[in-house]
Amino acid sequence: MRIGATAADRRLLPEGRLAGPMPWVIAIMIFLTALAAAGGMAMGASADRLGGDLGRRITIQILNPDPARRDAEAAAVTAAIEKESGVLAVNRVGADAMRALLKPWLGDVGLTQDLPLPAMIDVDLSAAGRARLDAIVAAAKAAGPDVHVDDHARWIAPLIGLIRSLGLLAGLVVALMVGATAAAVVLAARSALDTHRETIEVMHRMGATDVQIARLFQRRIALDALFGGIVGLIGATAVILTIGAKLAAIGSGLVGSVSLPGSAWLALVCMPPLAGLLALVVARATVLRALGRSL
Amino acid sequence: MTGIVQFENVGLRYGTGAETLSDLSFSLAPDGFYFLTGPSGAGKTSLLKMLYLAQRPSRGSIRLFGEDVVALRRSRLPGFRRRIGVVFQDFRLIPHLSAFDNIALPLRIAGVDERDLVTPVREMLAWVGLGDRASARPPTLSGGEQQRVAIARAVIGRPEILVADEPTGNVDPEMAARLLHLFDALNTLGTTIVVATHDIHLLSRVAKANVMRLDRGRLADPTGALRYPPKPDFGAEHLA
Repeated sequence: MRIGATAADRRLLPEGRLAGPMPWVIAIMIFLTALAAAGGMAMGASADRLGGDLGRRITIQILNPDPARRDAEAAAVTAAIEKESGVLAVNRVGADAMRALLKPWLGDVGLTQDLPLPAMIDVDLSAAGRARLDAIVAAAKAAGPDVHVDDHARWIAPLIGLIRSLGLLAGLVVALMVGATAAAVVLAARSALDTHRETIEVMHRMGATDVQIARLFQRRIALDALFGGIVGLIGATAVILTIGAKLAAIGSGLVGSVSLPGSAWLALVCMPPLAGLLALVVARATVLRALGRSL
Repeated sequence: MTGIVQFENVGLRYGTGAETLSDLSFSLAPDGFYFLTGPSGAGKTSLLKMLYLAQRPSRGSIRLFGEDVVALRRSRLPGFRRRIGVVFQDFRLIPHLSAFDNIALPLRIAGVDERDLVTPVREMLAWVGLGDRASARPPTLSGGEQQRVAIARAVIGRPEILVADEPTGNVDPEMAARLLHLFDALNTLGTTIVVATHDIHLLSRVAKANVMRLDRGRLADPTGALRYPPKPDFGAEHLA
C-alpha cells in the first residue's frame, strides 16, 4: 500500500494541515488515552511488584515467652528452612530492629527489657518455593512447635486484585478512546470528502482510481493525527511526571511502588505514530467505502 | 469491423419519472466526427454522461472500445475513462490549481512522470493561446480562457474519444474556429469526436461531421448515418 502522494498530488487538496478541528480532537484523545494507559501500566507494574516483593515472602514468628527456648527454636527453624528448596533468603529480624518497629506504638517506657517479643524470621521464596509453601511451613513447624506463619500473600491479595481491576479499567478506557479516535477520523474523512466532492468528481471522470483518491486523503489525515498525537502526548507526559513526583514525595511504601517502568514509557512514545497509522487505515477505508458507492 | 461506440436500445430514467432518453441505437465510427444537437432538455448532456461513463443506462446495451460497459465492474471503469477526454459544459476546472496543473491532471492520473509532462502541457497551453497564463488559477481567468484550459485538459492525453459539451459557448468566433481546427486535427489522428452544441453555425464548419439530433429523448437518424458500419443500402438511399 503506497501511503503518500506526490507533491503535485498533494496540491489537489488545498487546505493546509491543522485546518479543521481533527488534530485538536486527536490531541485530546491521545492526552486522555496516554493518561489512562500510563495509569493502567503503572498499576500493572505495581501489582507485579507487590506480588513479587511481598507476595513471595512469609514471616515466621516463634511465640515462646522463654527467651532461651525461643532463640533455640528460631535457630532450629532457620536451619530447617534454609535446607528447603525454593527458599531464597532467611533473615531473622534482630531485637534492635524489632524494638525500632514497635517504638512508635509503645514508646521508650513500654519497651522494657522483659517485654516478651516473638522471634521473627523473614523468608523470601522463589516462584517454585511459593508453590511448595505447605511443605516449607510443615518443615518450620516440625523444627519448632511454637511457630506461627504469616503469609504476606494472603493479606496483599485483595489489594493486588483491586490494583489489577483498576488496571483493567484503564485498559478498557484506552480501548474506548481508540474507538472514539477512529470515529473522529471517520467523521473527518467524510467531511473532507464532502468538501472536495467537486475535485473528486473531476478526478474520477479523468480515470482516477479510488485508491489514487484515497491516497490524497489518508496522508493528510494521518499527518494531522500524528501532530495531534504528539501534542496530546506532550501534555500527558507533563501530567504523568507531575503526578509521579507527588507520589514519590509521599514516601509510603505502597503508594511509592506506583511508578512507570521503561517499557511503559516506550509504549507511550509509540502512541502518536500509532494514532497516525490508525488514522491512515481508517481514513483509507472510509474514503474507499464512500467512493465505492459512486459510479 | 465495429463502431468504437455502440448504443443498442438504450433508455435512461432518473428515479421513477418518465424516460429522459428512449430507444437510442447508434454506432460511432473510430475516426468519426459527430455533432450532437437538439433543443434544451432534449437529453444531450444525459447522453454524453453515458458516453463518458458518468451514468449507467436504465436499459439497453452500451459498448465502448468493443466491450460492454453497462455491467462493467467499477474497478475497470478508470481504464476506460482514461481513453475518453471530456470537456464539461461548466468546465469543472479545479479552482485552486494553476492552468498548468489543471491541464497536467489527466497525465498525472495516468502516472506520467513529472519530467515528461512539462513539455506537452506547455505546448498545449501555447496552442490554446494561454502560454503566458500557465500559473494563473481559474478564478483569475475569463470564461473563454477557462474553456480553453478545459479543452486543453481534455485533449492532453490524446484520448480515443473526445466528448465536448458546448465547447465553444464562451469563446469568440476566432477562438471557436481554432478549437474546431484542434478537434479536426485530433480527429484526423484517429480520435472520435462528439460535440454537443446549440450553435447551428458550427455544424457547417466541419464538412465531414455527422449530425446527431436529439428531440425529446429520441435520436433522429433518418438516413442511417449513425450506423457504423453503414447499412448496406445507405449509399443507394442517398443516391436515390
